Amino acid sequence: MADAFIYDCVRTPRGRGKSTGALHEVTPIQLAAQILIALRERNHLDTSLVDDIVFGCVSPVGEQGAVLPRVAAIIADYAQTVPGKQLNRFCASGLEAVNTAAAQIMAGQSDLTIGGGVESMSRVPMGADGGAWVGDPAVAYKSYFAPQGIGADLIATMHGFSRQDVDTYACESQRRAGQAWKNGWFKNSVVPVRDILGEVLLDRDEHMRPQTTMEELSNLKPAFTQLGEDYGFDAVALQRYPAVEQIEHVHTGGNSSGIVDGCAAVLLGSKEIGERLGLKPRARIRAFSSIGSEPTIMLTGPALSARKVLKRAGMQASNIDLFELNEAFASVVMLYMQDMQISHDKINVNGGAIAMGHPLGATGAMILGTVLDELERRGQGTALINLCVGAGMGTATIIERLN
Amino acid sequence: MSQTLTVSVDSDGIALLMIDVQGRPMNVVTPEFMQELTAAIQQIASDAAIKGAVITSNKADFMAGADLKWLLASHAKVTDAKSAMAFAWPLNELFRKLETCGKPVAAAVNGTALGGGLELALACHYRVAADNPHARIGLPEVLVGLLPGAGGTQRLPRLIGIYDALMLIVEGTHLNVQEALAKKIFHKVVPADQLVATARQWILDGGSAVQPWDAKGFKVPGGAGGMDARSVQTFMGGTALVSKRTQHNYPAPIAIMSAVYEGTQVPLETGLKIESRYLSTLLLSPVTRNMIRTMFVNKGAAEKGARRPSGIPPSKVATLGILGAGMMGAGIAYISARAGMQVKLLDTTLEKAEQGKQYSAKLVAKDVERGRSTPAKGAELLARIQPVTAYQDLAGCELVVEAVFEDRAVKADVTKKTESVLANTAVFASNTSTLPITGLAEASVRPANFIGVHFFSPAEKMPLVEIIIGKQSSPETLARAVDYVIQLKKTPIVVNDSRGFYTSRVFATFTNEGMTLLGEGVSPALIENVAKQAGMPVGPLAVLDEVTLELVYHVTQQTQKDLGTDYRETSSWPVVRKMVEVLNRQGKRHGQGFYEYPAEARKHLWAGLAEHFPLAKTQPEAAEVRKRLLYIQALETARCMEEGVLSDAADGDLGSILGWGFPPWTGGTLSFIDTLGTKTFVAECQRLAKAYGPRFAPSAWLEKRAASEQKFY
Repeated sequence: MADAFIYDCVRTPRGRGKSTGALHEVTPIQLAAQILIALRERNHLDTSLVDDIVFGCVSPVGEQGAVLPRVAAIIADYAQTVPGKQLNRFCASGLEAVNTAAAQIMAGQSDLTIGGGVESMSRVPMGADGGAWVGDPAVAYKSYFAPQGIGADLIATMHGFSRQDVDTYACESQRRAGQAWKNGWFKNSVVPVRDILGEVLLDRDEHMRPQTTMEELSNLKPAFTQLGEDYGFDAVALQRYPAVEQIEHVHTGGNSSGIVDGCAAVLLGSKEIGERLGLKPRARIRAFSSIGSEPTIMLTGPALSARKVLKRAGMQASNIDLFELNEAFASVVMLYMQDMQISHDKINVNGGAIAMGHPLGATGAMILGTVLDELERRGQGTALINLCVGAGMGTATIIERLN
Repeated sequence: MSQTLTVSVDSDGIALLMIDVQGRPMNVVTPEFMQELTAAIQQIASDAAIKGAVITSNKADFMAGADLKWLLASHAKVTDAKSAMAFAWPLNELFRKLETCGKPVAAAVNGTALGGGLELALACHYRVAADNPHARIGLPEVLVGLLPGAGGTQRLPRLIGIYDALMLIVEGTHLNVQEALAKKIFHKVVPADQLVATARQWILDGGSAVQPWDAKGFKVPGGAGGMDARSVQTFMGGTALVSKRTQHNYPAPIAIMSAVYEGTQVPLETGLKIESRYLSTLLLSPVTRNMIRTMFVNKGAAEKGARRPSGIPPSKVATLGILGAGMMGAGIAYISARAGMQVKLLDTTLEKAEQGKQYSAKLVAKDVERGRSTPAKGAELLARIQPVTAYQDLAGCELVVEAVFEDRAVKADVTKKTESVLANTAVFASNTSTLPITGLAEASVRPANFIGVHFFSPAEKMPLVEIIIGKQSSPETLARAVDYVIQLKKTPIVVNDSRGFYTSRVFATFTNEGMTLLGEGVSPALIENVAKQAGMPVGPLAVLDEVTLELVYHVTQQTQKDLGTDYRETSSWPVVRKMVEVLNRQGKRHGQGFYEYPAEARKHLWAGLAEHFPLAKTQPEAAEVRKRLLYIQALETARCMEEGVLSDAADGDLGSILGWGFPPWTGGTLSFIDTLGTKTFVAECQRLAKAYGPRFAPSAWLEKRAASEQKFY
């Protein structure tokens, strides 16, 4: 099997996913096109050599519909021979796109591919694509559908994470993100988003509140109490978890991932194409894997997918230098640390989505770039990138730095 | 000769379809009605002289739904998909023919239009209603485990939008005429004397013969389908609520959601097919069958005196005596006065008797406040309750209910004192919940007139009354007790004497099993949640806190004393003793029990349970806990049948649902066994007996029934 090397990673800064957010006026195709252009320019890429562009997108409808990556390539003035495809694995779409793009190379069927993702949550809101899972009564009933926040609160309840525990985690995420930005640890991968005149609209993650305090966090209202109690979702979850007396609602807007706009892409290629083009490989995709788990609690897939991918790679958790698990909700990461026996100083070391936001389809590719930058900064070797995924799935990728 | 419908055509060419289903107080959909409506539609469509038609009723109300007795009878023929559709589809087809007959049809809704009645009106092109304050408008099929299968799930959302339609169909809510007008179910509401004229005029004015949903470019108001955010929101929230309320035990509400979701995305004709298919799934479901049999047919029969011995003239109580003005006596006083009886409420002091009457005053005030009664009616009700202290005041009572402390000596004393003033024909009814009637009757000088009438607390809310026949109670006494319960508009069941009679005896097996599970180290949250998810109104530990463990403790000791060497310790006794003797947690009234009762927050399970009843390493599957909690109640009911405590399966089923809240989806404890199949039930009980103790062991009697798969119905 051929190796898939990572040659470059780029991402936009994340704009607040509201009508007042800096990226709200930018169309998702523009976000994608600017990222593709950046990738081409940074690497002096002859785009006619690109075999495929795979992008994740979780709400691929409206202006995010109709195979956005192919059209983005046209708008970014890529060679017309470059095809594109869009995929959806909910929150792990960006990572899954990288895995799929890498797989083409590993299978020997492509030389040079781009994996990434885009989501403008301020323009195409979460759930805009409907879905039988949520909206078809027979399906929601049989699958005991409950929104993610209920699962996050259920995890906290079952594992005894108090409101203070999850807020403490959130506070630390903010502090780490603030520190990383301050020290310029993200600058290698973040490219500013520009308006049509070329002026910079946004050059840093907009959602962060590095100065936030425990007191501020503790004043926020639990976000899922109403859904749970008035809309009946707590009862649905307890039908699956009858040993839980009642769900404690501890997650708030402050200890859950932020809703943001953003895009990211990863340039992947074989060893040979890198040598031919004079590109320096930064890392190798060692292994990747996805898995399904109980869909109502929904967010327990990460550890399962991590174990699966470690087994596939013939590795132990102790062989991994840095973990990057998307901070969908504080309890998800806290459970993962407990379950995988990882100390907090090895995971999400530069903060995560609680501080900087989670642009659904893009996040997986973003955090892969973040952790690769950090491996390089620290001079370390391996990282495991992991996301919890809707409907109980989990996706994981192991990367290995090359010197 | 028409049996259900007459057609007359006037000089303007307007056909008047007058519905009058013979032999029925209310128009209902019957096979004859369907035949006659088919003929009428054919006539309207083919007779060129007919311009249009008005459908109305010759009775006080427009029409109710399908005849449930017919439905239950037809149920026997519904055995598979084909036969179910053969039953479900024709009415949809017929109403579709009506709305596509090519002539304008107006419904003149003179009164109540429920279920099939409203669906008939919805299949008309125009609906005008009489301003009749008594009329109820709705699609209540869900309440008997069905869905509106004559187009209700399709036409109503197309008319008023999915959200409003679901509120009505999933909840089975009734509207009055003005509310229905506001929801746009009716085009117009007029005084009753202008009803038919208004409908006629609409036709003469050129009313359209095309339904809005058959017009080009029709859109469901408020949106439909998986890409409409409002619709997705409605179905997402609605499904969770259905899931919460039904706990997946009742198939009808979710079938309604699906019929509306899928049906509103396709042409009406296809939607009707979808509806009929979902109706078919319900017709094939044992839940529907059981619910209709118990909650409609058998409940109705019981309330009409099915268990009353024949040949005894009906009676009415004009003056009632009540001994003891405590909570129970006071509640019985209220419901009896509400039913129009003069009530003598006796207690040892006038103050206590007055206090008992105060209970009624509070309830009356609440009824007036909520518009369920008027100040004048309330005053009349209260005037009928007379607090007394002298037994002499009971002299004219035809029936006396004894509701004093559960103590044999006290009961014997009041029995003697009361009988000394009563007429020889008067009935003495003891409202004991635990003491065998035959024993109590020993204090009576005329035991033939002595009977048990067991009310449930609070009497004004609980629908069931358990009548207990003592060894010497006469058929006439039984008849009069049944009559009294019917007069109260409650549901009577009749059982024979035994310790705990029927309801208390079986209910005790539920709480016993709950505590036994706890004693075994099963998570208390699991026990409570599984009980609720199985459909019990509250978990066993919560209900024990309500009745207090103190009571369980005393009843157990009394039983032990009464039975002597025959007494067998219950499997939960160690838990009861520990809670009462060691932990002093006797229940809610004492401020602490299995639960904590914080002043400012919701009650929650006491954390200390984990210390005193440590969790077992391996926890059972929820399904196993559920089985134990339900099977033990069903098995004890079967024992009551075997011992003759119950002589009629309907009493067992009704008593279980209405008395202590056995899940209605089962149709009752005995229907539960029938549905599982006696063989399966017995085999499972044998397994449970091996695993958890002899209380699950089926008797030889039941094993014999299992061998031949003998059913209770």
